[in-house]
Amino acid sequence: MSVQSVKPAYDSLHYKYQDIIREFGKEKLKKILINMLKTRYLDQEIDQLIKEGIPITQHSTYGQEGSQVVAASILEKEDYLVPNHRGWGWAIGKGLSLKKILAELMYKETGYCKGRGGPHLASKEHNLFLRVGIQGSYAGLAAGIGLSIQMKKTKDVCMCIFGDGSSNAGYIHEGMNIASTNKLPLIFFCENNQYALFTHYEKTTSVKDLALRALGYNMPGYIVDGMNAFAVMKLFSDSIQIVRSGKGPILIETKTYRYSGHTAYDNFYYGGYRTKEEVDEWKKKDPIHFYIEKLKYFDVLTEEEIIGIDRNIKREIKEATDYAFNSPLPSKDNFTRVAYLD
Amino acid sequence: MASKKITFAEAIKMGLIEEMKKNKEVFLMGEDIEINVWSVTRGLIEEFGSNRVRSMPISENGFCAAAVGAAATGTKPVVEIMYSDFILVAADAICNQAAKLRYMSGDQFNCPVTFRIAGSGMGSGAGSHHSQSLEALPMHFPGLKIAFPSTPYDAKGLIKSAINDKNPVLFFEHKLLYSKKGEVPENEYYIPIGEGEIKKEGIDGTIVSYAHMLDICLEVSEEIYSEKGINLEVYDPRSLRPFDYETLYQSIEKTGKLIIVEEDTKIGGVGAEISAKVSEEKIFLLDSSITRIASEEVPIPSGKYGHSFVSPDKRRIKKEIIQVFQT
Repeated sequence: MSVQSVKPAYDSLHYKYQDIIREFGKEKLKKILINMLKTRYLDQEIDQLIKEGIPITQHSTYGQEGSQVVAASILEKEDYLVPNHRGWGWAIGKGLSLKKILAELMYKETGYCKGRGGPHLASKEHNLFLRVGIQGSYAGLAAGIGLSIQMKKTKDVCMCIFGDGSSNAGYIHEGMNIASTNKLPLIFFCENNQYALFTHYEKTTSVKDLALRALGYNMPGYIVDGMNAFAVMKLFSDSIQIVRSGKGPILIETKTYRYSGHTAYDNFYYGGYRTKEEVDEWKKKDPIHFYIEKLKYFDVLTEEEIIGIDRNIKREIKEATDYAFNSPLPSKDNFTRVAYLD
Repeated sequence: MASKKITFAEAIKMGLIEEMKKNKEVFLMGEDIEINVWSVTRGLIEEFGSNRVRSMPISENGFCAAAVGAAATGTKPVVEIMYSDFILVAADAICNQAAKLRYMSGDQFNCPVTFRIAGSGMGSGAGSHHSQSLEALPMHFPGLKIAFPSTPYDAKGLIKSAINDKNPVLFFEHKLLYSKKGEVPENEYYIPIGEGEIKKEGIDGTIVSYAHMLDICLEVSEEIYSEKGINLEVYDPRSLRPFDYETLYQSIEKTGKLIIVEEDTKIGGVGAEISAKVSEEKIFLLDSSITRIASEEVPIPSGKYGHSFVSPDKRRIKKEIIQVFQT
């Protein structure tokens, strides 16, 4: 292990788009586009609902679709995912239904968690673990899922998402150490969107590249451009294959950016704790725009196909909102008679 | 029914072995789990292998959270926390994660994890960070179950129930009880969590106590009977949450007096909860006010000499119980 082993992977100068397109194929590439667009439109829909006075806890995914959505979309259905608070990209990537997501966010009976979780989504049928509310705890929980996979001797992997902010939590370090010493099938996925609430991560973090932390836990660490969906899908796909073969955990850091505020109530994100120029500069690298341009350029999808996809998703979002609005609120018993399981 | 006289530590070990043989989903994890300072899990790695006996780093919060993740995805981890005091380090994993997972996930993920809270309580002179009685703390979190046995027989029956429970269970072990001997059947049996037991019958008053304090109460009640002719009933709840109030109410209906003896401190302690509940629901069964005998409201000093002033000892318990009958 040396500093050299933590390296930028698949830098845009070094890989060929055509190879990746051939490897993943049209259907998979199209699926990833659908998931990215679904995530963005879901965020927009939620923001609109909040403006209309519907109380939803929103930590949007804007800007991170190329990173979060793509990574989650690469997992198999049986693979586990322990998400963090940021965005809904992991839920869409893992295949959850828009209807049941929105129903849960509105605390309805038909939501994934019977209206008890709200933003704390979980879906056992997708092996999506609960989106817990304590920063960093993801890594401890994910290490346990890794132990469970190892005990059951299946070929599943578990992906654990955390941000640059929670990368400093003791939990992350304890979880990475347990995963490494037990050679657990884990992908530690650090989404570096550069801000922990209103604070730039470099003010509170010992390293600029969080992937360097892999060295201390004797695992490979990679850095990838999170605005480039092709680079992300290639790195995650290769890494998952390695982890699945039993070689132990890998840490991946995606360099990305949170366009909007920490929550819908953050009024300082544009010209407050960061300059408008900085935000605008990152928006020029928009992951969805970049991805679509490449898909068109390499004749994976036509303009008409993309317009069709776009129209379908907008309709699905509309239907999901209607479904959530029309769903009943849970009974009082759902909330109060559940202390113990018989 | 064949039985043998074994220690409390051996009884827990017997329960673990029985459950591990029956169910390959059961596995052990914790610090020093192979040689083990309390000898409970010593040698089990030879019998069950390193896949099922997992040594963990000094990362209580991390490995307790790992146990939650493992329990939620199809295994039954039995975690040892070496000293009760360390549950404060693992408070997030136990109180935020284990206690709430099933509820928050809308009943999708269960959490059948057992936390063995080893080395609890005073008596070895180990000081403030290795001697606390923290069993009242997890009582505050709906979703957690708490067992605290006082005999080898109860320890085996309760650890087996804890492992098979679909909820997270905290199984407290008092450090002075590990070497205590008692008759334990060699066949299988389970003691339900939430079922108390009258350990000594009496008619003049009811003592509620558990773990090491229960032994002292049993001794004291014999002495008081022979010296004063006062015949005390001694009730061991064995579990603190859920708590078997039915058996307690039957007892105080008969005796009319309630004395709670505990090793933790009074404020926000186990006795505070029991007395509040009895006051709310059955105060009319009592003919005098509730008495609580507990540790002094100070951190725990190091050394056995200091402990003797802080923890209720036999002399103090006896004196305060006799006072109840003098007023």
